[in-house]
Amino acid sequence: MTDRQVYLRRRTTNYLMVGLCGLATLVAVSFLLLVVGYTLIKGIAFLNLDFITQTARPLGEPGGGMRHEIIGTLVLVTLASAVGIPVGLLAGAYLSEFGGGRTGTVVRLVADVLTGVPSVVVGIFVYVLVVRPMGTFSALAGGVALAIIMLPVVARTTEEMMKLVPATCREAALALGIPRWRMIVSVVMPGAIVGIVTGSMLAVARIAGETAPLIFTALGNRFGFAGLDQPIAAMPLQIWRYAVSAYDTWHQQAWAASFLLVMLVFLISLLVRWITAKRYG
Amino acid sequence: MVVQEEMRMNPGHADNSTEKGIIVEGLNAWYGSLQALRNISLAILSKRVTAIIGPSGCGKSTFIRCLNRMHEVVPGARVQGKVLLAGEDIYAQGVDPVRVRRKVGMVFQRPNPFPTMSVFDNVAAGLKLNGLRRLGQMSDAVEQALRQAALWDEVKDKLKQNGTALSGGQQQRLCIARALAVQPEVLLMDEPCSALDPVATSRIEDLIRELKERYIIVIVTHNMQQAGRVSDMTAFFLMSNDRAGEIIEYDETRQMFTNPKDERTEAYITGRFG
Amino acid sequence: MARVPGTSDVQAPVWWWRARFRRPASPGDWVFQTVVLLAALSLVGLLAAMALYLLDVAWPAITQFGPGFLTGSIWDPVQEVFGALPAVYGTLLTSAIAMLVAVPVSLGVAIFLAELAPRWLRAPASFLVEMLAAIPSVVLGLWGLFVMVPVIRDPLEQWLGSSLGFLPIFQGPPFGIGFLAGGLILVIMALPIITAVARDSLRAVPASQREAMLALGATRWEAISHAVLPYARSGIVAAAILGLGRALGETMAVTMVIGNGYQVTARLFAPGNTMASKIATEFNEASGDLYIGSLVELALVLFAVTLIVNILGRLLVRWTVANAGAGGR
Repeated sequence: MTDRQVYLRRRTTNYLMVGLCGLATLVAVSFLLLVVGYTLIKGIAFLNLDFITQTARPLGEPGGGMRHEIIGTLVLVTLASAVGIPVGLLAGAYLSEFGGGRTGTVVRLVADVLTGVPSVVVGIFVYVLVVRPMGTFSALAGGVALAIIMLPVVARTTEEMMKLVPATCREAALALGIPRWRMIVSVVMPGAIVGIVTGSMLAVARIAGETAPLIFTALGNRFGFAGLDQPIAAMPLQIWRYAVSAYDTWHQQAWAASFLLVMLVFLISLLVRWITAKRYG
Repeated sequence: MVVQEEMRMNPGHADNSTEKGIIVEGLNAWYGSLQALRNISLAILSKRVTAIIGPSGCGKSTFIRCLNRMHEVVPGARVQGKVLLAGEDIYAQGVDPVRVRRKVGMVFQRPNPFPTMSVFDNVAAGLKLNGLRRLGQMSDAVEQALRQAALWDEVKDKLKQNGTALSGGQQQRLCIARALAVQPEVLLMDEPCSALDPVATSRIEDLIRELKERYIIVIVTHNMQQAGRVSDMTAFFLMSNDRAGEIIEYDETRQMFTNPKDERTEAYITGRFG
Repeated sequence: MARVPGTSDVQAPVWWWRARFRRPASPGDWVFQTVVLLAALSLVGLLAAMALYLLDVAWPAITQFGPGFLTGSIWDPVQEVFGALPAVYGTLLTSAIAMLVAVPVSLGVAIFLAELAPRWLRAPASFLVEMLAAIPSVVLGLWGLFVMVPVIRDPLEQWLGSSLGFLPIFQGPPFGIGFLAGGLILVIMALPIITAVARDSLRAVPASQREAMLALGATRWEAISHAVLPYARSGIVAAAILGLGRALGETMAVTMVIGNGYQVTARLFAPGNTMASKIATEFNEASGDLYIGSLVELALVLFAVTLIVNILGRLLVRWTVANAGAGGR
């Protein structure tokens, strides 16, 4: 091959590969827009005030809503956060402030691994742990399952955020004679609070959309909230059941519910981004 | 002004135009909206080592990166002006930087051999790009480059070893060999010895003196003693009030160091600043 | 301030405090340290509890079927015979399809975001790709079922069947739902994580490496493929491993498009099941220790497999970061 031929081949390869990478990105972004766009368009067509305020209509009748499911999701997320966020916070504080040794390394690895445990496995685990002894599916069990999913995520985010607080802050506090625990709680944590809050928000967004763990714990409930020790409805669960059904009216409800879920998740993500950008310029 | 201009364009009063290696005309460079170089003009001669000296931030590195079109790799960076290599402007419309960089090689401040490649593969990296495949030809080219870099004897048994297994000075000579393997016309060196110990430094300085016969060498250096030892011509750059670098003086090294024409040059050389 | 050389700013406080404050200075410290330690250990306890509880409930099935559980192909709740091979096969097949498509595409996206995109495009594009990860699995399944599956059925499977139908993998009636759909929907789920980790690995490559290649007269792509990619290769491998971990454990989206078949077949158009989808579909209807035990044993296998894959991936990421100076060996 002559020098010129080699050069031309190299130039062509360059343009080709650069183009392919750009194409790949375009494809990835298109999929996002396709999925989200379609969901939003389809969903908003069937979304109205009734959807939020009404409960489900009898089969075949159009309209109606998912009030039970919306409330159910709120209840479950609140339950999960009530446990997941505080414990995650403390675990993250441990990892950040005391986690330099071997225990810390192990805990950190375990936390990372826990984030990768399939949510269906978590659901089965909570079934065995809570549902079986209680003898019934329950909101409590659902909350526990979601808390388990939330916990390692919050812990790691808290750790990373607390580590970002400069050592000089810690030093200054200690130099004033403040005990270490006080320093951590009153100086380091508030210093990291923005990141901790945004991390928790993202964790909430994640568990709000989880379905698999709820199949074996919360089960779903067509009659609304019946107590924490009773099965409870949830939006993702109902979306699944509606989606795999054969009825168009139910499909419409599934789209509308998906619209709400996607909007919730996206709004939280955007909000987090905006907060982070403001903070760190 | 006119005399200085004449001095820059025709230092040492060389008459033979083929002796001129690189002619820089009206070179301006920007990083975004910040001007880094203003109106640089000079003629770099072949078979001479040209040193670029000046205080930090005066645009020395920016200048030599303009000579092999590496400046524009930085996003937002821009160049205006002409750089003539063998009579052809490397910034002319339609000139591919890839071809320019083959003719103008570069050695960086910190040795940066490719850590995933062996010594042999490091030197051959540029050759492989240009389609050289046959092992025999490649081996010869690699050996020749390593000999030119005064590294062959030290690594001839270690060719398969990883490039980073060498000492700092050896790594830098490896980078020199790598640059020489593609047979450039020019070798640009951006403070090549600043990360090395004195022994390694002096070996590279010896090397530079040998290489100047075959390549146009431009070396940026912080170290004036080094400029004095190694170079034949020296250009003194200074940052003006708006942070744009300008060339203040360009002359034979001996002349500039003993009898500088500009008072700012004298101030720098005698150590009064920078 | 006294800084331990060689550690980053984020590391210094931890080591320094540990060395200087081995014994808590006040009772408040002791309480606090214990509380946070317990919280941290709860994570470890959780993982251990998961393994143990699952093992306990799966025990009847484990003792009944032994290793035959993984090789048997019959799943019959009535006869109480449970063989998990088709489910395991389904998990592996869909994940393999997903990896085959997702890894090259993710790598392309990562390279674009790290090296090729203009400055103003990088942040927004990265954001959009990350948003893919935020879509709930069930919503993706809904979309997959009503948008993707029809497209897969016709034209994709029609075309594959007619032009490449001599290959056994493309034979059989094109239902739309099936292994292929399952694999493709997993691509969307695995892509964000592979892209994110790979992009970070590419960003970590020192600029001098790319510049050295460019200075030798390389084209932009050559600089990337000859200098940047080799340097970042262990990080890229880690990215793929983590993506695989994600694909293996995915439940809802796959359940909704894979069709609930139960067979080991090379035909990609056939309906199937993964371990996760089998559990999701049948668990609530299961009764009897053996049936439930078998489903829990499936969960246990899934747990073990994703555990191993994720540990491998995480360790590789850690090793890569620790050896950043040595450069991608």
